[in-house]
Order: sequence, then structure tokens, then C-alpha cells
Amino acid sequence: MEDHQQPMRHILSLLLENESGALSRVAGLFSARGYNIESLTVAPTEDPTLSRMTIVTSGSEEVIEQITKQLNKLIDVVKVFDLNEGRHIERELMLVKVRAEGVVREEIKRTVDIFRGRIIDVTEKTYTVELTGPRDKLDAFLEAMDKRFILETVRTGSSGIGRGEWILRA
Amino acid sequence: MQLSGAEITIRCLEAEGVEYVFGYPGGAVLHIYDALFTQDKVRHILVRHEQAALHAADAYARATGRPGVALVTSGPGVTNAVTGIATAYMDSIPMVIISGQVPTPAIGLDAFQEVDTVGITRPCVKHNFLVKQVEDLATTMKKAFHVASTGRPGPVLVDIPKDVSQHMAEFLYPDSVSMRSYSPALRGDPAAIQAAVDMLLEARRPMVYVGGGAILGNASGQVTQLVKDLGFPCTNTLMGLGAYPATDPQFVGMLGMHGTYEANLAMQHCDVLLAIGARFDDRVIGNPRHFYSEGRRIIHVDIDPSSISKRVRVDVPIVGDLSHVLREMQTLLDASKKRPDDAALKEWWKQIGEWRGRNCLAYDRSSAIIKPQFVVEKLYEVTRGDAIVTSDVGQHQMWAAQYINLTSPRRWLNSGGLGTMGFGLPAAMGAQLAFPDETVACVTGEASIQMCIQELSTCKQYHLPVKVINLNNRYLGMVRQWQQILHGNRYSESYMDALPDFVKLAESYGHVGVRVENPADVEPAMREAFALKDRVVFMDFMTDQTENVFPMVKAGQGLTEMLMGAEDL
Ligand SMILES: Cc1ncc(C[n+]2csc(CCOP(=O)(O)OP(=O)(O)O)c2C)c(N)n1
Repeated sequence: MEDHQQPMRHILSLLLENESGALSRVAGLFSARGYNIESLTVAPTEDPTLSRMTIVTSGSEEVIEQITKQLNKLIDVVKVFDLNEGRHIERELMLVKVRAEGVVREEIKRTVDIFRGRIIDVTEKTYTVELTGPRDKLDAFLEAMDKRFILETVRTGSSGIGRGEWILRA
Repeated sequence: MQLSGAEITIRCLEAEGVEYVFGYPGGAVLHIYDALFTQDKVRHILVRHEQAALHAADAYARATGRPGVALVTSGPGVTNAVTGIATAYMDSIPMVIISGQVPTPAIGLDAFQEVDTVGITRPCVKHNFLVKQVEDLATTMKKAFHVASTGRPGPVLVDIPKDVSQHMAEFLYPDSVSMRSYSPALRGDPAAIQAAVDMLLEARRPMVYVGGGAILGNASGQVTQLVKDLGFPCTNTLMGLGAYPATDPQFVGMLGMHGTYEANLAMQHCDVLLAIGARFDDRVIGNPRHFYSEGRRIIHVDIDPSSISKRVRVDVPIVGDLSHVLREMQTLLDASKKRPDDAALKEWWKQIGEWRGRNCLAYDRSSAIIKPQFVVEKLYEVTRGDAIVTSDVGQHQMWAAQYINLTSPRRWLNSGGLGTMGFGLPAAMGAQLAFPDETVACVTGEASIQMCIQELSTCKQYHLPVKVINLNNRYLGMVRQWQQILHGNRYSESYMDALPDFVKLAESYGHVGVRVENPADVEPAMREAFALKDRVVFMDFMTDQTENVFPMVKAGQGLTEMLMGAEDL
């Protein structure tokens, strides 16, 4: 397909059979067709036979349309929604371990508070910070921190859900 | 009744009405072979290489419309089968492949003949299953046949660990299965169908472009009726040959890289294009940018939504079963008082007539060396267009597609999507088993035939009297052609040296071999060969080594940027 548009970030939300091969089918589709994956999260739902997956990807409208169609074609995929098509909430969890010694200890604590994070583990020399929010908030926190103090970051990738009565069910 | 997994497997095949299983035994499938041994409903065909099992089962499916079934062992059995699975996948052929796997406790331990079959085949199957317990086996088999043969068809693999085939369970074959994640669309959107009909009736330079989907969807009858009714020109893709009868005056020939001048020009210059079960692939429309340069409105009917607007954006997408959709279109058309603009259509046909006047498939008929096109024409004449023709991949495939005027579907079996050399002979076996009383001819080249030549032995064992038409140009002809045209005559590794004596080779397998070196002998030799109804005849035609396939659209070029013959090189 000829592409003239700028790629745009999309959050795709999937329900799929909670079966061993399902994740690799989705991942394989993205690599085989050269689609981009920014992040992918998956876990079982309240119905243990179903998993809910959030894929953050980017592409032109045409590419996103193809991705959606190709995902729908996978036999293990029950439903696909493009959350960009409606009002939705996006959240990601991040754990950051920082070097926190001496005078900077207080300063780090203040930054964590500003971002409404929580310090969930404390040692003499480190803090471990828990932070949730949309991707840009987590990015902003990392930018606000002095790089020299960041020891380790762990991010889950985004999860998304539609607002209000917009409900994704099998 | 308690049955072993192996017995259950065979009983499932029986319940599906499977006549033939094409396969090759090995450790992981020994229980299944044992279960085959003690029954006589499902017949096993022992091939000489797993690739051939897949191609034969695939061709059985192409020829009959029913799923083909193959059975292979774990490890090398599976890896040998992969080429055949991918071939079926690319052409959307309904197949069920049963593979043995190492016992469940051994999975993941690098056991003898273990491969990750589900992983290896994932990108080239419609779906696959690993059966972890015998209780799931019957339902899984039912799902496999259901998924393979509905919607856009395709190969489905069922991987059965050895212990699962040994364990016992109650056998109960479900009458039907429903899968919440799989329900192919059937009826097209009525509004879109109406819009399509309106658009067709407004067309001034219409064109109908029919792909393999029309054959897979058993819609060639409806296609033909619609096209005849409208009086529009029609082209078939390589995979669609036979969907619209090639002998009809409204047929403008195959289109694409080696399509006719008139088909490619009409495709480019039409104002309304009706695409039926086709996918606008690179070999068909050439460079999409060039294709876009001419504005036209496109109606696209296909069972697979992901085929629509994939390479070319369309104006009226219709997702649905082709025969349903075309029947609806026909009904609307019959009810409509409007007819296509007669004057505009006349003008368009006049233009097409001029393009036809180029006579793009003409070749030198006075040549003292056998022209490959001549052999194919004679094949068509001698068999009165009544043979099932299989083909390998290369120049011979294109000549067969160009010079055999197919008039009905499922009688031209070739690997279009993957382009798999080695397909032709095993495919002929599958077709011959499906239709024992029909004439089956395999058009091949001296290189392709050697990729599955061992199957001459299978032909002997099962008395499959296929006729092999070997267009022997001593070259990987299609490779040589590209090297001549695109690589400055540097024929790198495309000469087929050290060829066997095919006549003796055929004889050593117990068949009849004939070598034909003069144009005058082509027809008599062929008549004699086809008269030998119960024998395999291997006909080795020594053809012109320098012949090229024309017209030709070079890869990446526009559809109308055709090389018409040697004068264009
Ligand atoms: C398995 C496989 N390997 C390589 C190719 C690439 N290829 C396409 S056509 C061709 C030459 C075929 O030669 P031959 O069978 O003699 O037919 P000809 O073109 O001479 O008619 C080759 C090597 C292929 N299509 N399939």
C-alpha cells in the first residue's frame, strides 16, 4: 500500500484465547509483516479462558487497518479494538531504583511526591519508586530525575481500557 | 467405546469422508500407521519424500475442493513437509496435516527427532494445534477440518505426540464445532453490493479481474453468468485460470507479469474494475504507483477482509462468500432497468480489439528447433483441452498458462503464490487419484522435475498413469531469461549440466520414456503417449534453449511497460 501519511501511535486492545500458542501467534504476526510494536502486555481476565492484551503500535491509517484485519484473522483472537477510536484511559506501571544518598535523598522524595509516586523499598543507599500513569507521565518523571541517580527501570508497557460504557467483551 | 489416539485419528478421517492420506511413516507416528493397517476405509499413499505428500494432498484438494490430508512423522518428516505446507498456504488450499511429535514428557528436551513443529509451521498455516491429551483429539480434528475448509481456506496442522496417539479415550466425533474466535463472513453488505451494481452499470470502460478465490469459492459459474450478462471483458489471474472460460470471446487472456497485451492494457485503462477473489499482488499489477497513475474505481469482492485495500485502495469493498455476493449482484442486475452504455462498451471493445491485434502470443512456427509454445499448443490439441494440467515453476509454467485455453475450474493446478519447483509431478498424482478416469498431464522443465523425480516410483506403485511433458531447454529457463534481460547475459549457475537420460530414467522406474527432437514428431509422439491410457509416459522434448516468455513486465515496472519480444531486448 502506498503510504503518504505520518505514522500515528495506536493502542490496540485484544481479547484472545488463553492458550499457550496465542501470544506467539500475535508476536509472530508483527515480526513477519514488519509491523512496529512499542509495547505489549498480556494477562488472563476474570474469565480464565480469555486473555486481554494491549499492544501499542504505530503506523499510518492504512497500516493500522491492515494490522487490525490481520489480528482478527488469527484464529486465537476473539476481538480487536483500536482504543484510539474512542475515549480511553492508558496506564503503565514503572518501578525505578535510584541511588539515594545524603542530600539528594530529600530532593528525590520531593520529585516522587510531585509525580504522585510511592517509595516502596528503602535501603541506606537506594529508593525503589513505584509510579503509574500514561506513558508520557512516566517519561516526564525519568526526565525530571538526574540521570546519574537512576540505577534500574522496569516498565510494564501500557494497558488500556475504554471510558464509561465502552466495554470490550467476548 | 475406548479407542487409542491413533485409532481416533483414523476414525476422524473416516468421519470426514477422507479417501486418501498421503504420507510417510516414522517413529512418532507408528501408532497411527498401526491404526491405518487395521482398517480399509482410508487409503494411504506412500510417497517417496514428504514434500510430495503435501503437494499430492494439496492437488487433490485443488482438483476436488475437498480438504487434502497428509501424514508425516516428527522432526525431519515435518521439516521436509514445510515447503508443501507453505505452498498450500500461499494459494489458500484446504488441507489437514497430521504430524507426529515426540511423547509429551520429552517435549522441550531435544529428544530424538524433536522439532518445534507448531513454531516452525506457524507462519505458513491457517492454524495449528498441539494435542496435549487424547481427550482433546477428536474435537481438535473436527476444528482442523472446519477451519481448513471454511472462510478463506488454508492448511491446518495437528501435531500429535506419540503418547497421545497411544493413550485411550472415549471416541465421540462432534457433528459440528463452534469457535467464538472464528466465524467467517458469508453475506456481503447489501448496501455495498447495490453500490457495486450501480457502479458497474455506469461503467464506460469496465473490466472484470478474476483470481483464484473464484475457483476456491466455487463461484466460476456465477462469474461467467455475470460477465456474459454485462458483456464486459474479463481476465483471469494465473490462479484464476478456468474460472472464466478462455475460449469465450469476452476473455482477454491472463494478466500480469506474463499476461497478454490486451489484458494488461485493459486493466490499466479501465474506468471501473470488478475484482473477484483476487489480491492485486506484485506479479499481477506490477508497480502499484504506476497502477494508481490512471484513475479507476475499484470494486473488490473477497472472503478475506485483509486482502482488501492491502496493496491497492478500493472504492467498494465487499467481504463475503463469492457465490453469495455474486448471486446477489446478479439478482439486482436482473431487477434493474438500467443497462450498461452500449455505445461506450462498443467503443471499449473496439479499443481492446486493436490491442488484441498485436497478437502478443505469436511465435515462430517455422522453427527447425522445437518451440516450447508449440509443444503446449499440441498438448492442448491432442487432449482436446480436456486434461487436468499440473505444472512446475518456470517458463514452462507460463507457456502452459498462456497457450492452454482452460474452460473450467479446478483443472489447472500450479503453485502460483510460493512458486514451488517440484510441485508438478506429485500434484499430478494427487489429481489422478482424485479422478482416476481423467487424463492428467504435468508440464515441467528438466530442472523442476528433478526436485521431486523420485515420485515416478510412487506413480508405479499406485498405477497412476500421468503424462509428463518435459520442456527440456537444458537451462533454469526462467532464471536464464532474467539473467539475459536484467543481468547483462551473465548466466550465473543457470545451465543444467549433467542431465540424466530421462528416457532411461523413466524406463528404470518401469515407465515409458520418449525423447522428441523434431517439431514434426511432437504431435505424433504425443498422440501415441496419450493413447497409452494405463502407463506413465515421460516425454522429453528438446526445446529451443533461447526462447523467452513474452509479454514480460519486469519486476517493479508498470503493468503496461511490457517487453513484447526479442525486438524489445
Ligand atoms: C524450489 C525453488 N527453487 C528455486 C526457484 C527459482 N526458480 C524459478 S524458475 C526456476 C527455473 C526452473 O527451471 P526449469 O524447471 O527447467 O523450467 P524452465 O524455466 O526452464 O521452463 C528457478 C530456479 C523456485 N521457483 N523454486
